[in-house]
Amino acid sequence: MTILNLQNLSKSFGGLSALADVNLAIESGELVGLIGPNGAGKTTVFNLITGVYRPDQGHILFDENPMEGLLPYKICQRGVARTFQNIRLFKQLSVLDNVKIALHKDVPYQLYAAILRLPAFFRGEASIEEEARRYLRIFGLEEKQSEIASSLPYGEQRRLEIARALATRPRLLILDEPAAGMNPQETQNLMELIRWIREEFELTILLIEHDMSLVMGVCERIYVLDYGQIIAQGIPDEIKNNPRVIEAYLGEEVS
Amino acid sequence: MVEFMQQMVNGLSLGAIYALIALGYTMVYGIILLINFAHGDIMMVGAYVGFFSITMLGSNVFVALLFAMLACAALGVLIEKIAYRPLRNSTRIAALITAIGASLFLEYVTIFFLTPEQRVFPAEAFPMHQYQIMGLYISNKDIFIIVLAVVLMVLLQYIVKRTRAGKAMRAVSLDQEAAVLMGISVDKTISFTFALGSALAAAAGVLIGIYYGTINPLMGIIPGLKAFVAAVLGGIGIIPGAMVGGFLMGILETMVSGYGSSMYRDAVAFGVLILILLIKPTGIFGRNESEKV
Amino acid sequence: MPSSKRQWLWLLINIVVLAGIFTLVQYMIATRMLNQYYQINLAAMAINIILSVSLNLINGFTGQLSLGHAGFMAVGAYVSAICTKNMDLPFIIAIIAGCLAAALAGFIIGVPTLRLRGDYLAIATLGFGEIIRVILQNIEELGGPAGIVGISRLTTWPYLFGAIVFTIIIIQNLINSSFGRAIISVREDEVAAEMMGIHTTWYKVLAFMIGAGLAGLAGALFAHYFYIIKPETFNFLKSFDILVMVVLGGLGSTTGAVLAAIFITVLTAYLQAFPAVRMIIYALILVLVMIYRPQGMLGNKELTRKTFGRFWGGSA
Repeated sequence: MTILNLQNLSKSFGGLSALADVNLAIESGELVGLIGPNGAGKTTVFNLITGVYRPDQGHILFDENPMEGLLPYKICQRGVARTFQNIRLFKQLSVLDNVKIALHKDVPYQLYAAILRLPAFFRGEASIEEEARRYLRIFGLEEKQSEIASSLPYGEQRRLEIARALATRPRLLILDEPAAGMNPQETQNLMELIRWIREEFELTILLIEHDMSLVMGVCERIYVLDYGQIIAQGIPDEIKNNPRVIEAYLGEEVS
Repeated sequence: MVEFMQQMVNGLSLGAIYALIALGYTMVYGIILLINFAHGDIMMVGAYVGFFSITMLGSNVFVALLFAMLACAALGVLIEKIAYRPLRNSTRIAALITAIGASLFLEYVTIFFLTPEQRVFPAEAFPMHQYQIMGLYISNKDIFIIVLAVVLMVLLQYIVKRTRAGKAMRAVSLDQEAAVLMGISVDKTISFTFALGSALAAAAGVLIGIYYGTINPLMGIIPGLKAFVAAVLGGIGIIPGAMVGGFLMGILETMVSGYGSSMYRDAVAFGVLILILLIKPTGIFGRNESEKV
Repeated sequence: MPSSKRQWLWLLINIVVLAGIFTLVQYMIATRMLNQYYQINLAAMAINIILSVSLNLINGFTGQLSLGHAGFMAVGAYVSAICTKNMDLPFIIAIIAGCLAAALAGFIIGVPTLRLRGDYLAIATLGFGEIIRVILQNIEELGGPAGIVGISRLTTWPYLFGAIVFTIIIIQNLINSSFGRAIISVREDEVAAEMMGIHTTWYKVLAFMIGAGLAGLAGALFAHYFYIIKPETFNFLKSFDILVMVVLGGLGSTTGAVLAAIFITVLTAYLQAFPAVRMIIYALILVLVMIYRPQGMLGNKELTRKTFGRFWGGSA
């Protein structure tokens, strides 16, 4: 079943075309990469899917339901979660609170129960706490739960951001350059983590990445974006040898 | 129709004053994204400097204007150095709160030293003549205010478009980091912007003294807020926008007090502001931009 | 229900301490140990605490700079005064009506303006606050610029004390819950919060409504203590007064807001004869705090937690 379907998506900013006629389809359970040179429009695709921008044209179907024009929080509630290229944690808050906030959309008690401190509040808080800890444990962050998010080392901040996204219980997880700033060993671990997450949470994953070893190693299928257009798609081996892709990455002289 | 034209004339001279103040708001916002709350109060200080140079030094209106503009240029630079510069990298809300502090400071230091009493702006400094043209009453005050404001605006356009300092201003407001790489001193450019804006406000202060005939330490608040609305109306950060916005605000205000209730005069400005913010926050001349994620 | 014995103990201690403070002050008033002058300042202090704590919910916890708090106070004051003076309703009903009217005003103003970014929002709320004042000035039935006079003095120490406790409990229980975390996430990173499924606009409006409603409570108590209310009392300088308390106490600290409100009230009382000096000090507080300690006296920390350890449920 097709979980995400982008049809003829176009977006321009102040007259400059950022995306033109982008078509992209992801099957449920796939792990798909979106690559392309700097400025190709990769993050714009993510911003359109998650509702930061409205597309000028085209449709975004999630589970075959149109999703364009919905507010970002609605899109999250439908089951799409993301991370950001330049990590956007709630910096001043504790690691645990970061995850708890992601659990808020399914908060198990009412506002009045919180203000009146009814039993439902205490039960609900206990279950939120337990759930949040579970996500931290998965990502090896449980011991750091009371630390302030911005005090974590870079790699852990990246992992916390993924943990936070997962806590919204998505069916589609969108990762924007998850390996940015990581060393090869960390990247290797991240690859294993991403694969494991997909199995464990039965997710579909779409990721943008610059690190070719990560993309080629982990993705089953790859889309290549250049100047706002999809120029190729296929399995990693096909993409590696595709002359248009090589040209886009290395420039014309080399090819 | 004559009545309407008469209101237009009144509105134009009031609008010219608003435009002069609005320019300072818009230039400062354009360059450091700060709503300089103290701007209206700088205008008030300008009015007082003008007042004292006329009453104590016996200078004429032009010399008074010059003194006021120089004094306020220095004051603007000083406020920026002391209060705003340390906060350049903090949140915009912190900077705004500081600006509110600077505004209260100017108002109440003035009250402390000069009492809250209002003072009568010396009428002999600018003897009033009224002309009747095609049924319209036009005074030499109106003409003086409009002409002076237009001259200052033309001068400002020249400075911003043609001089090195003006080019530096535009460069810094477009991209501060790139401007630094081009060898532009951001600090100096920001100081220059405050000096220019404050000098224009000082001129507006003296003109308000002439227009209303009285000055007091809190006189900057309401015209300051209205001029800010004018700047937003035209598109904040855009110099011609502030000019157009200023004239529009002046005309609108005289129309409301001429045809409606003068009690609502001050509420109109805020009503306009809220309408623009809701309909087109970037103002008449502004372009729509969305936040980068 | 607090979950551990230690939490029960703390709750008990809190109740005992509060009851002690309440009884002591009540006793001092009854035996006239506190003269009229002190009583007036006590009332002003209580009202300031409510204003400061409620504005802190909007400015400190939600991170939305509002400069129109005095406007909501005015709505509460006028509505409650009409209830007791013209409609002969009991005081408690008047207070509730004042709160609800102010919260409604907060909703009406919040829905359109809270879409705006930081500094634009500040100016828009300032504008709305002033519009409320100008409208009151132009309604003859409400006394126009002269306002309403001859309101009965119904506000007593039990009301003031009860209102403070009510305000603090509402805000603390809200903030230390999942809804509170949602509100704080808006301050931390609005875009990220929205992406995590938080309906940020709704939480901003919610915080704005609760803050406005509590400002209405302060207004109702104010009207029924000082006999007279005028539109001019609620101009934007009053809003700045409240802002000074929040900034000084620390954006996002309820205890800070309380302490700053007490400090500012005392300062005001001492400088009664020199209003200009008072305002100059306010101005310096705003500028110096922002430059040297932008997080305020307490930052976003709470005094109790730091000094006595955590005690309010497992939600710290």
